[in-house]
Amino acid sequence: MRDDWRPSASRNALRQRANILAAIRGFFAEREVLEVDTPCLASAGATDPNVPSFYVACGGPGAPPEGRLWLQSSPEHAMKRLLAAGAGPIYQITHAFRAGERGRLHNPEFALLEWYRPGWEQHALMDEVADLCRYLLGDCAVERLTYRQVFRAHIGMDPLEAPRQALEASAGGLGFGRAALRTLDRDGLLDLLLSHRVVPALGSGRLTFVYDFPASQAALARLRPDDPRVAERFELFNNGVELANGYHELTDASEQRRRFERERATRAHLGLPLPDADARLLAAMEAGLPPCAGVALGLDRLVMRVCGVRHIDEVIAFPIERA
Amino acid sequence: MASYTTSQFKAGLKILLDGDPYTIVENEFVKPGKGQAFNRVKVRNLRSGRVVERTFKSGDSVEAADVVETEMQYLYTDGEFWHFMKPDSFEQYAAGQTVIGDGAKWLKEQDLCKVTLWNNEPLSVEPPAHVNLAVVETDPGLRGDTSGGGGKPATLETGAVVQVPLFIEEGELVRVDTRSGAYISRAKE
Repeated sequence: MRDDWRPSASRNALRQRANILAAIRGFFAEREVLEVDTPCLASAGATDPNVPSFYVACGGPGAPPEGRLWLQSSPEHAMKRLLAAGAGPIYQITHAFRAGERGRLHNPEFALLEWYRPGWEQHALMDEVADLCRYLLGDCAVERLTYRQVFRAHIGMDPLEAPRQALEASAGGLGFGRAALRTLDRDGLLDLLLSHRVVPALGSGRLTFVYDFPASQAALARLRPDDPRVAERFELFNNGVELANGYHELTDASEQRRRFERERATRAHLGLPLPDADARLLAAMEAGLPPCAGVALGLDRLVMRVCGVRHIDEVIAFPIERA
Repeated sequence: MASYTTSQFKAGLKILLDGDPYTIVENEFVKPGKGQAFNRVKVRNLRSGRVVERTFKSGDSVEAADVVETEMQYLYTDGEFWHFMKPDSFEQYAAGQTVIGDGAKWLKEQDLCKVTLWNNEPLSVEPPAHVNLAVVETDPGLRGDTSGGGGKPATLETGAVVQVPLFIEEGELVRVDTRSGAYISRAKE
């Protein structure tokens, strides 16, 4: 008899999950941050070449002319449209989707907590992320290091200045074929070194924020006005696991349009699906996105941390193989 | 040539790396929220048994290794090769010393072994986990000692030498664990 109807998470894990959701809602209610609920299905998909989206065939009344909608890889665009409309500080607990991402820390459908703070920059938001994490996980030490600092400490070279050859040599011991190494662009090489040799050592028993990422990995963050080689983007690590990714948000619509087009060009070059740039987000930014900071936190991983478990399947009711 | 993409990776998959057949022992998907995805795998070289770590860019393809595990009956050895037969098709295969390795000392005619074929050539031979073998040489037993305390070496019909309890005598059948080389019990048949 088949038993894949059963949840992969224990009853205790599901209870912890419910407790965490209630605690998060309490945390933000106290701080007067408004809970919002935006669609999972949207007309625009992620253009970031490293974020593969699902799409859904869509007919019937209200269907778009292309006959398809994208399952959101994050609620970022919709929430920014709310910010531009004057929503003030907002948060959302939602499911997000990324095709093909599956493993100990990944399920293609996963839970995100995302929030935005108008008028804040990245360090103020890091403070609040740390407050929330300590509220949920208990008190623990917090540290902040720049991307350059952690890279220098663990790889022994400067990620912004090291020649490509030196980065390749440093990646030599990771069992990555020499020919395959050459197919990685500079950011791919940095990702390889960071994810294999730096991240596992980050946040041991503490909350470690890494900030000021290379400008080439700015995503939707603005560049630092006094040092445009880096972007005002941060990530949070705990016990070698990435928990959150945040930005001092880019508000410049024309710069945003250029980034979308650059990403689309990379997608075209790699033969990947080619979603249109999100015209509604760009229109909202032209109307005026207030200066703000925003962050997305992986809820499943947070629950994993609270339950002290190793695999994401232990905290979600039905992972993709049982969905 | 058949190949697998990283999304098909899982423990037990047989792949070809630098011309050698490997089996995947462990596969971990590693991906920064924003950034390049990788598959970090532990793989065992099916020829040397060595386990190494390799990393692939997610989405890349790897050549499949034509490796199949079959059950075969051990027939005989001519001193240079050990001969096996598929019981269903009667097809015969010969494995040399490097393929047989240490397992040779457990092989008894007609026993069923796990023979791994790579490109239809024997790659490794795994004897049955437990075998019953006759003792051909051992010191005389101490009559009355059935405590099992202490032991003595005994040479078995296949040439293997194992530690057996003092009460075991020449001509008796013993059951042995081929993975550890340890005596388990007396055997009837």
